[in-house]
Amino acid sequence: MGEKRQKTAQEQRYQQRVNEKMPRSKTVSQCVRAFIAGGLICCIGQAVRVFGETTLHLDAEGVAALTAIVMVFLGATLTGFGVYDKIGTWAGAGSIVPITGFANSIVSPAMEFKREGLILGTAAKMFTIAGPVLVYGIGASVIVGLIACLLAK
Amino acid sequence: MDWIDFFWAFVIGGAICVVGQLLISLTRLTPARILVLFVTLGVVLTAFGLYEPLVELAGAGATVPLTGFGYALGKGAMEGAMENGVIGAFTGGITATAGGVAAAIVFGYLNAVIFTPKTKK
Repeated sequence: MGEKRQKTAQEQRYQQRVNEKMPRSKTVSQCVRAFIAGGLICCIGQAVRVFGETTLHLDAEGVAALTAIVMVFLGATLTGFGVYDKIGTWAGAGSIVPITGFANSIVSPAMEFKREGLILGTAAKMFTIAGPVLVYGIGASVIVGLIACLLAK
Repeated sequence: MDWIDFFWAFVIGGAICVVGQLLISLTRLTPARILVLFVTLGVVLTAFGLYEPLVELAGAGATVPLTGFGYALGKGAMEGAMENGVIGAFTGGITATAGGVAAAIVFGYLNAVIFTPKTKK
C-alpha cells in the first residue's frame, strides 16, 4: 500500500514536470517558426529595398514607401487567395508582426463580412484591427511631434 | 547587393517576430493587441532615438515589422515638427506613411471584394 502511494506521488511529480515542460517546448518551437517566417518576410522586404535603391534610384522616402506598398500588396493578395492564413497557421507571430500581417488583418474581416454590404460590411470591417493600430500609432506620433516642438523652442 | 544586409534583415526581423510570439504564447495577448502595442512601441522607441540604429543595421528587418510602421510615423512627426512646428507634428506622421496606408486601403478593399473566404477544413 505504502509503495503504491509513493508511486503515485512519483507519478504526480512526473506529471507536474511534464506540465512544466510541455507548453514551454511548444513555445520554443513556435518561436523558432516565428523567427524563420518573420526573417524571411523581412528578407523579401530587403530585396524590395535593394530593387528600389539600385534599379529605380529612389531616395530614402521613396524606398520606404515602395517597400511598404509592395509588402502590403503581397500580404493582401496572399490573404485573398487564402495562402496567408495557411502560412499563419505555421508561422504564428512571424506572419502577424510584419506589415504583411497588417494587410492580412484588413482583408480577412473585410472578406468575411462582405455579405453585410460593401459599405457597412467590407469597408467598415476593414478597420476592425487596422483602425486601432492607426488610432494608437498616429495618436502617439502626434504626441511625439508636439513634444519635439516644445523641446525645440 | 550586400548579402550581409540580408543576414541582418533576417536576424533582426526574425527576432522582433519572436518577441511578438513570446507575448502571444506567454501572456495570451491577442494579435490585435500585439499589433497596437508594436506600433506604439515603435513610435516611442523612435522618439528616444533607440530605433534608428536598428534601421541602419537591419534595413527591412526593422522597417517591415509593425514597429517599423511606428518608426516611420514617429520619425515623420518629429521631422515635420522641426520643419513646420505644430502643423508639422500633425501632418508628418501620416505624410511619411501615406504610401503604406493608401496601399493597405486600396489593395485591402480590392482583395476583399474580389475574393470570398476559403472554407475552413
